[in-house]
Amino acid sequence: MSLILFIVLAVLTLGGGLGVVATRNVVHASLALLLSLLAVAGIYLILFAEFLAIVQVLIYGGAITIVLLFAIMLTRTAEYPRITDNRQWPLAAAAAVATLTVLAGSFWTNASVSTKPHSPALTDLANSLFTRWAIPFEVASLVLLVALIGAIIIARESEEGN
Amino acid sequence: MVDLVYFQFLSAALFVIGMYGVLARRSAVLILMSIELMLNAVNINLIAAASHLGYRSAGEAFSNFDGQIIAIFVITVAAAELGLALAIILRIYRNRGTVNVDEVDLMKW
Repeated sequence: MSLILFIVLAVLTLGGGLGVVATRNVVHASLALLLSLLAVAGIYLILFAEFLAIVQVLIYGGAITIVLLFAIMLTRTAEYPRITDNRQWPLAAAAAVATLTVLAGSFWTNASVSTKPHSPALTDLANSLFTRWAIPFEVASLVLLVALIGAIIIARESEEGN
Repeated sequence: MVDLVYFQFLSAALFVIGMYGVLARRSAVLILMSIELMLNAVNINLIAAASHLGYRSAGEAFSNFDGQIIAIFVITVAAAELGLALAIILRIYRNRGTVNVDEVDLMKW
């Protein structure tokens, strides 16, 4: 049962990913990305990572897709239909296939004895996050703050009018 | 029940698709989307490993959540990176009227 679910979600994930890199229309690409991200949330549910699945839907499905659509709408140019792939795409495809071979080969040879997937209780996850990982957590909030301020400073119109 | 190695294959395939997108696409927005795909592939790998290998032996309580927590940090950094990248793309578009990365060659030697 979970294998069928996994196959369906994997096909959706990879199909969405291929849609992102293959389609010519940028808006279609962002919708394919949304499909792929939501299917990844389903993958997290198969792995019993409910919290991550919710975070995935909220942040990727909600915020990131909207931000990308903003980026598309604000930079809409007449050249969008003709910017697709550059001339190096066969080289890029070769590099991608080579990387896939290496990754899949190493995963296959190092396949560990698989056990039934387990999941932590959400309270245990929170305990670990706020005790053992408390300092990285605070640094992450600082990263978000700095990125926010930096984004505002980069994107705003300069007052000197240059 | 799905073995860990299938999740790893899925993760590798998604990562490679994103890598092709980063290398071959011309629009900066599409390159950003491909980077999101690659980050998601990494997250699948982390979470699959965390839920398959996160406890010491069968029957024992879950003891190691580091994979899931690092995945949370990856999502955080991805959000920060996307906000900054959007600002940079808007700035490039305003200054040069294009988001085609082949034409943004100011720093090309």
